Amino acid sequence: MIEALFNYQFMQNALLGATMASIVCGLIGTIIVEKKLVMLSGGIAHTSFGGIGLGYFLGVEPIYTAFIFIIFTSLAIARINRKLKTGSDTLIGMFWALGMALGILFIAFTPGYPPDISSYLFGDILTVRRFDVLLMIILTVAIVLAISSLFNYWKAYLFDEGFLKVLGFNSRLLENFLFVMIGLTIVILIRVVGIILVIALLTAPPATARLYTADLKKMMLLAIAFSLLFTLSGLTFSYYLDLPSGAVIIIASAIFYAASILIKGKNTAIQ
Amino acid sequence: MSYAVEVENITVKYGGIEALKNVTLKVDKGAFLGIIGPNGGGKTTLLKVILGLVEPISGQVKVFGQSLKQAADKIGYVPQISEFDRNFPISVLDVVLMARLGGKFSLFHKYSKADIAKARDILAELNLSQLADRQIGQLSGGQLQRVLIARGLAVEPEILLLDEPTANVDASSTSQIYTLLKRLNQTKTIIVVTHDMAAVSSYFDSLACLNSKLYHHGGKEIDQEITEQVFGCPVDLIAHGHPHRVFASHQAGDHND
Repeated sequence: MIEALFNYQFMQNALLGATMASIVCGLIGTIIVEKKLVMLSGGIAHTSFGGIGLGYFLGVEPIYTAFIFIIFTSLAIARINRKLKTGSDTLIGMFWALGMALGILFIAFTPGYPPDISSYLFGDILTVRRFDVLLMIILTVAIVLAISSLFNYWKAYLFDEGFLKVLGFNSRLLENFLFVMIGLTIVILIRVVGIILVIALLTAPPATARLYTADLKKMMLLAIAFSLLFTLSGLTFSYYLDLPSGAVIIIASAIFYAASILIKGKNTAIQ
Repeated sequence: MSYAVEVENITVKYGGIEALKNVTLKVDKGAFLGIIGPNGGGKTTLLKVILGLVEPISGQVKVFGQSLKQAADKIGYVPQISEFDRNFPISVLDVVLMARLGGKFSLFHKYSKADIAKARDILAELNLSQLADRQIGQLSGGQLQRVLIARGLAVEPEILLLDEPTANVDASSTSQIYTLLKRLNQTKTIIVVTHDMAAVSSYFDSLACLNSKLYHHGGKEIDQEITEQVFGCPVDLIAHGHPHRVFASHQAGDHND
């Protein structure tokens, strides 16, 4: 595999892709887990399938349309979430399925042979292109800057939004910003693990990290490290055993997480 | 004379149900006000209106004669501890430091040495220094409650607003917390939402009784008629423990609604 890394661009792309995915998973995954936005993120991820279908239908790069679709739904869900507070579960479920349904419909309308959509659904890190890697790097840098430059505010927002508001901050601004970042993160991850598997990669690394630390910053950094471990070991297995990479990465994450639970022997991460 | 808090004709609706109806309340500077009333009577809602966390459909709020936005740095807020995820990865010191964020975003913000010293001073003042580095999940209810009071104080506010500060703590912590509040009251206006009637008699200097409407605001001795209006239940339930102190003889001069 090391040799392939030097000789083949697809391996270099895969490695870069896995690294970028790990960085955003560590940062945004930690936020999602601590703010209890896991299901909501799953909803956003699945809605993006509508965007992918639209891309095929219009004959443009599906990632672009998914990108636009995802920003729109993130903000729409944020708005609904704010309005309803309780019961947003139901709406997330509807968005979730509606997005998928739209995607299927768009693809059915697309003339000619139906395109192969499985790489979007389940990811295929070994087919990540230069273009994808470039997009991933840009989005990752943007997210790293957004989190690090406002870190103290994020921490306060995650812990106690109301207090931040009483201090005179516009917490809605942070909230919308966060939802857009969740959307961008999903765009980054679609190529690596796919729409359906995104949630596991967003939750397993932070949940594992939480077992080892009680500090938010350390949790993010550890989650990045764990995510790298999961994706790279998944990539290795998938390369040598010729297995679907997305699925192997997720199974590797689950095994590492389960092992950590057993080793640490406490259940703080199971919330 | 200007007031610490002026609430005028506030009405709040939750999905068609009126949580607060035309509530007008003026709180003197330096007061130690208890807001009491039955569950669902709008106590917390009123507090959140004063804090700007709940938007009323009509009416206005002023704090120290200013709009909420202008007065943000004068307000210290102590929410209910039950609202928190105790597992959240944050230390006691970091919780208190939140209060030092100021009111404006600045990129790559770092807490100054003075901020950290201030936070540590307040923790020391509340006997919490030894807990500064603990994750909040490792605290007792009473300790976490005092940490939240410390955070409210770290804003260096002129008014402190507390939501059920003794709801989830044991009896000894309860008296500890009220003794602390009484001491803080020497320099600050304090408003407490509570259903702890024992505290009413011993600590507050004024009371507001709320059940969607404001039924009483004034001295802390309330009569049977008011309690029946407000609580709509037998008096002995309310007077439990301190009957003759809570329910002294009828006071004229209370501005009943």
